[in-house]
Amino acid sequence: MGIDMIIFTVLSAIAIASALGVILSKNPVNSVLCMITCFVAIAGHYIMLNAQFLFVVHLIVYTGAIMVLFLFVLMMMNLNADIEPQKRNWLKYAGAISGGALLLVLVAALRDASLPAIQGGGNTEIGLVQNLGKTLFTSYVVPFELSSVLFLSAMIGAVVIGKK
Amino acid sequence: MEFTIDWYFIIEKLLLISAVLGISLVVAMYSTWGERKVAAWIQDRRGPNRAGPFGLLQPLADGGKLFFKEEIIPSSANRFLFIMGPSLAMFTACLTSAVIPWGDTLTIAGREVSLQIADINIGVLWIMMVVGMGVYGIMIGGWASNNKFSLLAACRGASQVISYELPMGLALIALFMISGSLSLKDIVEQQREGVWFVLLQPIGFLIFLICSFAETNRTPFDLPEAENELNGGYHLEYSSMKLGFYLFAEYINMFISSVLMATLYFGGYAFPFMDKLGIDGNWLTVLGIGALFLKTLFFIFFFMWVRWTIPRFRYDQLMKLGWKVLIPLALLNMLITGAWILFRENGFNF
Repeated sequence: MGIDMIIFTVLSAIAIASALGVILSKNPVNSVLCMITCFVAIAGHYIMLNAQFLFVVHLIVYTGAIMVLFLFVLMMMNLNADIEPQKRNWLKYAGAISGGALLLVLVAALRDASLPAIQGGGNTEIGLVQNLGKTLFTSYVVPFELSSVLFLSAMIGAVVIGKK
Repeated sequence: MEFTIDWYFIIEKLLLISAVLGISLVVAMYSTWGERKVAAWIQDRRGPNRAGPFGLLQPLADGGKLFFKEEIIPSSANRFLFIMGPSLAMFTACLTSAVIPWGDTLTIAGREVSLQIADINIGVLWIMMVVGMGVYGIMIGGWASNNKFSLLAACRGASQVISYELPMGLALIALFMISGSLSLKDIVEQQREGVWFVLLQPIGFLIFLICSFAETNRTPFDLPEAENELNGGYHLEYSSMKLGFYLFAEYINMFISSVLMATLYFGGYAFPFMDKLGIDGNWLTVLGIGALFLKTLFFIFFFMWVRWTIPRFRYDQLMKLGWKVLIPLALLNMLITGAWILFRENGFNF
């Protein structure tokens, strides 16, 4: 077993364990912290693929910004279990069934898909900032610009809703 | 799979990491002494002068005192997170030093040793990441204490750091447009050959400086620890060395921000005429390290100078400055930089 395999196994174990922690822990703040751990473990996988830019942007955007906002909202809420309204049973069953159906669809879709293994392991260079930037601004410039317009409209929308 | 381990490489990196961590801790320790001396000097007092000559043993005495104090964990606090808060604050404070080039290469026994722990080509983004993660120490500590003042301070701290991350990032983008590289080593080498980037990016530097004050929670932006409104801030419930860690992390952050400003805008380990002195090799590297530390000490002094000169902002003023002044200014700076680069490359024929 090479050192790559060992790191991969450890990172995957952490990712899966913390993902389970997200849904199994009773305290929402612990769930958020488990999710942050999961994101960090996944970022480790990006480093293994030599996708440095993706690694750092993943950490800046998800752990550095989005999860902070999650934590913000949760900390401001009153999390006392006594006054928390009890969920009805049918709601739990509905959630479990729809979640299970989604899992089934995903597994069915991925079962026959051919996922080529990354050639050369960590030696691909596309994940470095320079190469990624050149690709984004030449081959994929239209989708890139379109998604930036989408972001802009989302920002304006947030401001408009906030002003109301 | 066959792989050989370069043991010299591992030993070299381990030594370098220990040295950098050790230096950060010692500088942070003596910053507490320096802060009191500067405060005393500005307020026409003497400052600490009992422990050792010039009070130089004062940080050791303070550290000892903090270690031996009684440790109290509030009974209503979340115990695990209460301990994790200061640990995270220290951890993130120490992470940044990995990508900073502390000097050029040293040649030891025919082996070139780079004085940078990791020359990754996302160097500056790594720093932005660590800054973003730095919020967790404050937020988790403030929330886990189960005290409304701590929670208020934690929310202030988190929103402040997030707000000031944006202009900081925008100011850095203008810098990258000039340097064309995210690696801190490349940025320093370009300043060694050309001019310091502060001359090309004066507005960018100003924005970065202001944001550094906000990110390290220093006066005039020390709202998360405003003692007269919040009884002490997010570390209100902390005692003993856990409080010490929070305060210490702030001083490490201040040191790292100073190094960063020196590296990004003031040439890092490069100093004027360094290649015309007629010396080379190890001695030039040592001189370069000395230059970096001189610049850093100036910025640390500047942090303290401002703290004892300018009063604290009000919270709405802080937000207004961040969102309505610094972000538009940073965007404008980016636009001007872009136009200037375009003009320099192809004149007016675009």
